[in-house]
Amino acid sequence: MSLLLKRVTLPLEPFTLGLDAEIRSRFTAIFGPSGAGKTSLLDLIAGLRRAPSAFIQLDNRVLTDTASGFNVPPHHRGIGYVPQDLALFPHLSVRQNLLYGCKSGGADDPLFGLDHVLEVLEIQPLASRGVTELSGGEKQRVALARALLASPRLLLLDEPLASLDAPLKAKIIPYLTRIRDEFRIPMLCVTHDRLEALALADEIVVLVDGKIMQTGPVLDVFNRPANAAVAKLVGVETLHHGQITGVEDGLATVSVDHATLTALAPATAAREVFVCIRGEDVILQREAAVASSVRNRLSARIMALRPEGALVRVELDAGFPLFALVTRPACAELALHDGEQVTALIKTPAIHLVPR
Amino acid sequence: MTSEEWQIVWFTAWVSALSTLVILPFGLALAWALARRDWPGKSVVETLVSLPLVMPPVATGLILLKLFGRRGAIGGFLHDRLGFDIIFTWRAVLLALSVMSLPLLVRSARVAFEEVNPRLEQIACTLGASNWRVFFTITVPLAARGIIAGMILAFARALGEFGATIMVAGNIPGKTSTLSLTIFQEVQLGQDANAFRLLGVSVVLAFTAVWFSEFLMRRKRKMP
Repeated sequence: MSLLLKRVTLPLEPFTLGLDAEIRSRFTAIFGPSGAGKTSLLDLIAGLRRAPSAFIQLDNRVLTDTASGFNVPPHHRGIGYVPQDLALFPHLSVRQNLLYGCKSGGADDPLFGLDHVLEVLEIQPLASRGVTELSGGEKQRVALARALLASPRLLLLDEPLASLDAPLKAKIIPYLTRIRDEFRIPMLCVTHDRLEALALADEIVVLVDGKIMQTGPVLDVFNRPANAAVAKLVGVETLHHGQITGVEDGLATVSVDHATLTALAPATAAREVFVCIRGEDVILQREAAVASSVRNRLSARIMALRPEGALVRVELDAGFPLFALVTRPACAELALHDGEQVTALIKTPAIHLVPR
Repeated sequence: MTSEEWQIVWFTAWVSALSTLVILPFGLALAWALARRDWPGKSVVETLVSLPLVMPPVATGLILLKLFGRRGAIGGFLHDRLGFDIIFTWRAVLLALSVMSLPLLVRSARVAFEEVNPRLEQIACTLGASNWRVFFTITVPLAARGIIAGMILAFARALGEFGATIMVAGNIPGKTSTLSLTIFQEVQLGQDANAFRLLGVSVVLAFTAVWFSEFLMRRKRKMP
């Protein structure tokens, strides 16, 4: 899949959406704070909104070219769109909603056939109900299924999890990963939630005030923010691949490169995870043997010290790259220097595991 | 009730229903264009459509008489080229009722269209539906209550229309006589008993129309 966006300009309040991008990954998150122009961008791609200047091409097909006045209307674009409010048709039953965009029962591609889609999203029992009788998570699944049944070549998702509470989010995420993996449709997902981006996306596009700040694989962007704006958005200091090697009493043992951590086990049975640790949750200590409740004690070497205002960002090698944020006075008191050994302490609940 | 009176009742109900049907496609298109699109001259058209509501019906009738008379701009054309007349025929009744009831349909349908969430229409488009399909499967069903209410109002207005009708259609027995025109005439002639019988029929017709609309609304509410 290749989605090409060139010379896109759309005046919004209080900024102008202006970007050039080529999106190639299977699941791309458009990541940014609310009001960054993310939904407007999806509307442009779907053809629901016209920009004064834009060139949009999906694979080999030009969809919009304002320079030559060319524009494919939304109903001929083959782009599925699940908006934030889901837009289920209130006067139709769940079944009628599902079949609205369904082309001849999806006969040309059994992958998008009714039975398969309903099975993947576990919708069969809901089909005879009215739309207003569904719960939030059920509505979400029906909206996803409806978009899939139209056999789209690209699926746009606008904040698919924003309206759901945490337990429901955890339930919907596996459906989204199943769609990603089973239907092999490229997906473009707008989100302002970094955990959502981490859980789902291969690549992310960071959009702030209508401009692209950074694009790249999720880990790269989160670990190496291109500028302060991105760093502030992504928020996590340490982000690394990990593997759950065992779960006992709700605690997971996670192997991260050459280190082993104890963290709260995630709700799913996933083994591959992202390990997220905030810099302010890492405590540095000189002596190794002090009794405390902290489960994770890692012997670490200081690789670099970077002052950031009142704080110092300490880059450590704890068997994996780890970052800590300490105050300047604390840094002076402990006399931290490059190359020295320290003990890094991390409380179990401060380690966040995001299933992949 | 004499057979002439039945003929008048039948003619009035039939021509009122026909005028409601005639203005429906145009009224809905106009209401949609007013609710969903911005175009030059929109406010002028908006005002023109509502004018019959606020102008004296007799004045509207006079304008129609001048436009559609044999020497009028439209009537002259129809008479010379197509060889048919409007004024003082049943077509004049239809014309007067249509013009007088159009604003009620347009206003009601416009509000109903404005209340349909445009996002639903947009998403229907992304599901592959053409603009026409979106209009008939999403917009109209969701605006149905307002549209039906507008149609009932238009029909009821047509049933009772007097001023414009008498200007363009006169009161020709067996040809253009409607309930209102006949009631007025009977009272003028001192035939109060006849007038009261027709009055009773008017009340029944009006009551049925309003009751039917309420019935439709209730059924619509119960639907999922």
